[in-house]
Amino acid sequence: MGRWALNGAAGLALGFILLPLIFVTWLAFFRQEIPSFPPEGYSLRWFAAIADERKFVDGFFLSLRLGVLATLIGLAVGVPAALCLARFRFPGRETLGSLLLLPLVVPGVVLGTSMYVFHVEAEHALDMDILGTFLALLAGHSIVVIPWVVRLVTASLAGFDRTVEEAAQNLGANPWVTFFRVTLPMIRPGIVAGALFGFVTSFGNLEMSLFLVGPGRTTLPIAILQYLEWRIDPTIAAVSVLQILLIGGAMLVTDRFVKISRVV
Amino acid sequence: MARLLLDHVSKRYGDFHAVRDVTLEVADGEFVVLLGPSGCGKTTTLRMIAGFITPTAGSVHLGESDVTTLPPWKRNAGLVFQSYALFPHLSVAQNVAFGLEMRRLGKADIAARVAEALRLVRLEHLAGRLPRQLSGGQQQRVALARALAIRPDILLLDEPLSNLDAKLRQEVRVEIRELQRQLGLTTVMVTHDQEEALTMADRLVVMNEGAVRQIGSQRDLYERPADRFVAGFVGRGTFLEGRIEGPGRFRTEGGLVVRCADGAAGSAVLALRPERLEIAAMPLAGVDNSLPGKVEFVSYLGAASDVHVRLSPSDRVIVQIANRGDGFTPEIGATVHIGWSAAAARLFPAGSVGHDA
Repeated sequence: MGRWALNGAAGLALGFILLPLIFVTWLAFFRQEIPSFPPEGYSLRWFAAIADERKFVDGFFLSLRLGVLATLIGLAVGVPAALCLARFRFPGRETLGSLLLLPLVVPGVVLGTSMYVFHVEAEHALDMDILGTFLALLAGHSIVVIPWVVRLVTASLAGFDRTVEEAAQNLGANPWVTFFRVTLPMIRPGIVAGALFGFVTSFGNLEMSLFLVGPGRTTLPIAILQYLEWRIDPTIAAVSVLQILLIGGAMLVTDRFVKISRVV
Repeated sequence: MARLLLDHVSKRYGDFHAVRDVTLEVADGEFVVLLGPSGCGKTTTLRMIAGFITPTAGSVHLGESDVTTLPPWKRNAGLVFQSYALFPHLSVAQNVAFGLEMRRLGKADIAARVAEALRLVRLEHLAGRLPRQLSGGQQQRVALARALAIRPDILLLDEPLSNLDAKLRQEVRVEIRELQRQLGLTTVMVTHDQEEALTMADRLVVMNEGAVRQIGSQRDLYERPADRFVAGFVGRGTFLEGRIEGPGRFRTEGGLVVRCADGAAGSAVLALRPERLEIAAMPLAGVDNSLPGKVEFVSYLGAASDVHVRLSPSDRVIVQIANRGDGFTPEIGATVHIGWSAAAARLFPAGSVGHDA
């Protein structure tokens, strides 16, 4: 009886999550321009229409570039940070740990506004172009990637047996070699998962990016929003389906190397 | 293989003396066991030999060279960790090859030496497995093979058997010892298990509170313990507190007068071995001491029984009786007589640090 109730509740929740995805996917294949039920027929024309819309193509490549670079920066900062947090005891350690996770809980709008104000002030003080530049946008995206890397790498370090590192040193590996041959491979699940989630967060980020983009520099989520302001045809749905496929594919590939359910 | 010398080695953490002035020489091919309760400094000593801890004072010599300040990766010591510390992401063969790759050996050499090391521990057939696919005993043998593959100057074993079940432990003891002899490995092992220490060692080092209490063979430690701690830690001891009154006269706290070997007058402890005490229903003739007492407790242990006998309000001894099926087994409350010869007892000055087994 309890089991039925539990399964029912789980199914309901799952349906609640999946229903919009299913509808969007369905919609992407409708033939008519104005979404209405039932569909008049099915076609792939909206997928073809994406390629004609420059803003989507440019937005996709900008978001991709941003996501990849922000993830690399996030790893370069987040992995050493997680190692320090997990291994050393120093004053302010807890505060630093919370600070690094903060971008996860601060609303994107707040994050965007504060960065915008900061960029304006910095531009004024330093007398150089900051606002709306690619680097400023990249800095913002790196900040939302870092917490994911820190969190997931810290999790993978939690049960780390440090005598394994001692064993490597005992066998002739100096600390440098020990790190690359033993420590890094052992925390790889956390690193891969952190990178994946960081990338997805960056790729899909809308609120913060709205404050940071400059003229001619439109990320994919913003391009979608702008398109929606004027038209509602299934092109949007087609773009969404492609995004779902990209992110879902990345998850599946990652899951082959690292069981995501183990690290999140 | 090489000889090891610890020369007046100490390690202090602030006011805490983890290891105090340890001097020890281990000959080429010798198997020495550091034995002591937890916190006695034996593991710290082992880690100083491996190079994970730098001594506060004294020096460590391996073969002809002084390695006191050499980092672990520059020493040629093979350490088997208590937790095995296998590389979880590498196969058995890759684990064993690790130290050889660090020594930049050629591929063919590495393959040959990995195969040789795995053959020594009879794990050739599991070379491709990951550590988590192995049983505890197999993991332990991989750890041993990994340490042996580098042909270390010295083999260090840190409680290597404590994670194995009792039956396997007995087998592995013998296996390790045979391998060590066959390869002529200079070996230092750390354990808190006296039976393990006694069965495996050429020589034992008994430690307590950071200091060496006695170094010697099994027989030395058992027959001639240097102090009350050793008497209680190696084998079993049962003790009578009191003072030496005159030549060959010991008066217990409870006022019993006992004949003993000569010793300096003053407070002292008389140490006896439970298995060397005689017990009978009648006073014993032909021994130096025969004292009456009342049986307070009996525990039947199969091969033997322990009988706790109260000799006076403040004196109690434990007598172990071998169970041959025909002997005298007293019951609780019975009056018995306990006897021993003066030569069977050892005298230690009182206050020599306690910790009775």
